Amino acid sequence: MLKDITIGQYYPGKSPIHHMDPRMKIVITFAYIVMLFVAKNAWGFGVGIAFLIAAYLISGVPGKMALKSLKPIIPIVVFTTVLNMFFIDGNPLWQWGFLKITDKGISMAIMMAIRIVCLIAGTSLLTYTTSPIVLTDGLERLMSPLKRIKVPVHELAMMMTIALRFIPTLIEETDKIMNAQKARGADLESGKLLQRVKALIPVLIPLFVSAFRRADELALAMECRCYRGGEGRTRMKQLKMHGRDVVSALVTTVCIAGVIVLNIFIRPIF
Amino acid sequence: MSVIKTEHLTYTYNGGSPFEKVAVDDVNLEIEQGELVGIIGHTGSGKSTLIQHFNGLVKPTAGKVYIDGRDIWENPKDIRRIRFQVGLVFQYPEYQLFEETVYKDIAYGPTNIGLSKEEIDERVREAAMFVGLRESTLEKSPFELSGGQKRRVAIAGVIAMRPEVLILDEPTAGLDPKGRDKILGQIKQYHEAQKNTVLIVSHSMEDVAKYCQKALVMNQSKVFLYDTIENVFSHTEELSAMGLAVPQVTRIFHALGARGVEVNPDIFTVEAGREELLKLLAAHHVRKGGAARA
Repeated sequence: MLKDITIGQYYPGKSPIHHMDPRMKIVITFAYIVMLFVAKNAWGFGVGIAFLIAAYLISGVPGKMALKSLKPIIPIVVFTTVLNMFFIDGNPLWQWGFLKITDKGISMAIMMAIRIVCLIAGTSLLTYTTSPIVLTDGLERLMSPLKRIKVPVHELAMMMTIALRFIPTLIEETDKIMNAQKARGADLESGKLLQRVKALIPVLIPLFVSAFRRADELALAMECRCYRGGEGRTRMKQLKMHGRDVVSALVTTVCIAGVIVLNIFIRPIF
Repeated sequence: MSVIKTEHLTYTYNGGSPFEKVAVDDVNLEIEQGELVGIIGHTGSGKSTLIQHFNGLVKPTAGKVYIDGRDIWENPKDIRRIRFQVGLVFQYPEYQLFEETVYKDIAYGPTNIGLSKEEIDERVREAAMFVGLRESTLEKSPFELSGGQKRRVAIAGVIAMRPEVLILDEPTAGLDPKGRDKILGQIKQYHEAQKNTVLIVSHSMEDVAKYCQKALVMNQSKVFLYDTIENVFSHTEELSAMGLAVPQVTRIFHALGARGVEVNPDIFTVEAGREELLKLLAAHHVRKGGAARA
């Protein structure tokens, strides 16, 4: 059933990483991405991988989850690896007609593969350890300086929160409507593409109607509770930086500095 | 022959995961052709899951469902045919309407069967008549109707398929008392006119007592009782323990009986209660009057 699809990939836990300030987690994730792209030799990547493994160990998120997040990008990894392997010039190690594999090609291919894998596993850790609501909260606070240039930050965050809140509701609704139409003999499973698209109309129209109705009701309920946008709005849960946030910021800074130093003193891969 | 029969019907949600939940537990049932059955039980007692087995929307985890003596999952590709045979009206069915006009919406089911235009027209008008929709309403958009009327349209949409068995999941939820009586009255009329089998899921003991011939009581995923109204409501204490109160008027008569007043305990509707009380008063009057004269 549709209900079984999980939305978001929050993995509940009580680790220090779960308790970190979402703003710091977002910033560190970005810093980590930068670190991956700054690294130019094996030692630099070693630091990147060690950082990732340490973070996963502290978070208590099982490695299986990390692998799960990597599943959808396997084709991309394979594709870039193959491209890099065959199309980078260097000392040919193997040649067959126009196809050749060079030493540079191989090292480049390995590097790109590591980069993509670390990138996805790292950003997934952010969503594994931060619930969607907290994440939007953190994003709102991080982007709040943009309010000065009239970016409706609060409104965007509110929209995101509401959208997340309604995904499960709408999925349940879709399930119900699909069953109701099936009970009237709708055939949603067979037929050609065009027929299938047509067969979805009896599901989509009621779904839209009820989504609009819900939106209307929600707007009314919010107005009844005197919602008037983000201006002067206080929060029940204040975001606060703690010792762990400072420590993790320091560790990240040291790692990035380390990667840069390694770049200077050790010959890059290519 | 029984029109619906189940054998060891069991359904488990999220089987194998830590969230496993048995929704229907080893249900053995036989519902005869032509009966009007009320299905009662708590929220979460498995009523809705059970009825979705009868038209093949849910596939049993274990056990069998027979409609007219045929195992409905014998040929899974043929399952759509069962849906025309057993019409199911969901809870709040007004949210399934989608066509431009009421007429087209009621015609959706019959069109899916693949009937001729004349046949569809005949069935739409007949179904509209059963639920009390006017000719002029047929050309309106379903979205401009009132909530009660929308629900009638949705019920007509299932009736128009002329199912052998009609199942309604809480057809009166969210309606006012007048709308409730009207819809249930129309369902009863439909049942009497068509002589087919009708199953009504309800929370209201009063409604079941008033309109149905038999009652099926579900408790904690199992069938607790399936019997005539009289026999079901004689289990007052067990039903109360389940949190399912028997009709108020029945409770009054049971209490009267407990206090030594000689009344018939099988009173389920206010009308029958009135009759019984009038009889009692008349007898009392005769006795009193006779005593005074003597």
